[in-house]
Amino acid sequence: MTAFGTAVADGLTITRRNLIKIKRVPDLIVFATLSPIMFVLLFRYVFGGAIGGLPPGISYAEFLLPGIFAQTVVFGSTTTGASIAEDLQKGLIDRFRSLPMARSAVLVGRTIADLGLNAISIAVMALTGLVVGWRINSSLGEAVGGFLVLLLFAYAISWLMAVVGLLVRTPEVVNNASFIVIFPLTFVASTFVPLETFPSVLRTFAEWNPMSAVTQAARELFGNIPAGAPVPDAWSLQNPVLYTVIWTALILAVFVPLSVRLYQRTSTR
Amino acid sequence: MVVEGLVKRFGATTALDGVDLTVAEGSVLGLLGPNGAGKTTVVRILTTLLRADAGRVRVAGLDVVDDADAVRASIGLTGQYAAVDEYLTGLENLEMVGRLYRLSRREARVRAGELLERFDLTGAADRPAKTYSGGMRRRLDIAASLIARPRILFLDEPTTGLDPRSRLGMWEFIADLADGGTTILLTTQYLEEADRLADRMVVIDRGRVIARGTADDLKDQVGGQRLELTVRDAVDLGEVARRLRPLGVDEPRLDASTRRLSLPVSGGTDALAEALRVLAGAGVEVLDVGLRRPDLDDVFLALTGHAAEDEDRTGAGDRTPVGAGEGAA
Repeated sequence: MTAFGTAVADGLTITRRNLIKIKRVPDLIVFATLSPIMFVLLFRYVFGGAIGGLPPGISYAEFLLPGIFAQTVVFGSTTTGASIAEDLQKGLIDRFRSLPMARSAVLVGRTIADLGLNAISIAVMALTGLVVGWRINSSLGEAVGGFLVLLLFAYAISWLMAVVGLLVRTPEVVNNASFIVIFPLTFVASTFVPLETFPSVLRTFAEWNPMSAVTQAARELFGNIPAGAPVPDAWSLQNPVLYTVIWTALILAVFVPLSVRLYQRTSTR
Repeated sequence: MVVEGLVKRFGATTALDGVDLTVAEGSVLGLLGPNGAGKTTVVRILTTLLRADAGRVRVAGLDVVDDADAVRASIGLTGQYAAVDEYLTGLENLEMVGRLYRLSRREARVRAGELLERFDLTGAADRPAKTYSGGMRRRLDIAASLIARPRILFLDEPTTGLDPRSRLGMWEFIADLADGGTTILLTTQYLEEADRLADRMVVIDRGRVIARGTADDLKDQVGGQRLELTVRDAVDLGEVARRLRPLGVDEPRLDASTRRLSLPVSGGTDALAEALRVLAGAGVEVLDVGLRRPDLDDVFLALTGHAAEDEDRTGAGDRTPVGAGEGAA
């Protein structure tokens, strides 16, 4: 087998291991599906009536769902960091590192399993969204593209979180630390409210925040931007799909090699 | 396995300060030392998990840095933590590790079945490892490290945190493996364990080798035999000491609380026979009498000036691990 072939085989072995855990610990799957449902319902019915400034011809449900998708999958990716830290703590990474397996396999297997978990929660959110008034107004191809852009971006974030997990090494700390960073990132963006109401500095930040771009890309691909909506000022939001893909590629290019390198050097103590 | 001049620093602390050791193929080396002596660091370097700052290490004839992957393919490692995935069943754990050692799906399954049988885990094969007791996890962990029939096995404190019965069982497994020709490097804090399992020993303390050889070599370094006896009534100790003193090569040691007398002697069984004759005429009730060679506890005390285990050990016969449970993941 080629080096690439063995890396893929090892990655799949680890993916299977992680998927078995998802199957055995029902809490994981319940959490991955219930919390997005909760978010959709909370935002749709608590904020839905109060948020103004939406482009004419669009309901809050249609504006909101792409934002919820983006926020949820990015939060879903933090699982990667916490799980890697947990494996480190339990000595499993030591075992894996003493085996003649591909150096990338533990990370590949982890990120792919978390991608699967994200795919499940996005499916649940989409169904809930359809119930509360969200609609896909584009072609099947574009809609699939919308889900792909979201999942790929989240996949890249998983690799970033893998680095965090390898550096921080305590699952609880990974969770808290990522919450503090990711929560504002997902809020200072066009995820839940239109950018027009932001103060100017915050607005510029939000315009270039990749979270806004992912959300905008999803809105575009699901057809959740009404025909008469004003064209955004920032290039990032005029070309949200391209801008998101650039970010995704950039994060992968930096954090895949970095995390594999860190993994090779890391150890329980 | 050859280790020369191994040095490892963590920041300002020098964990290993020039360790040399060799392990002949098919033999068992006991690496002994107190907590923090550097035993685990040696194992981590030899198993490619950690890089040394200086020194040369060849495992199975291969360099651990340049040929790391080939080294990994010929070793098995059981660390201090039972590194098993607690959500997978025993069988799934072994199959996974087997696949990662590049066994075919079939081979991995067959081999997993054999090992579960051998380690008495067949009944628990389909239960998640989460439900296993500490001893079962350790057994599963060792089974995992054996799945690809490694030529060399590293066991880092394999019985720390196990109850006495599980420990005995583990000793039998390890002895079986050694009989089967596996080269084993075993670290332990328990001298009894090394005495029982290892062909040769290396004692390290604060990152340096302070003694090496067979158990007998080490005992000879400390000195000869001792006559030890226990009387029923502590008041008799003085009388016994007075009568036996001429047989000894040094002053007898008395311990009223354990009602025990210890006397360094030369002449082996002759001295014992003579002592029994003297005691028969003394009219003292003796509960236990015997000739004892120094054990490794004595060796360690003599070499380092402190006991191998923590100071608060309760007695010579009590080898309950201090801090039991620290190794149970």
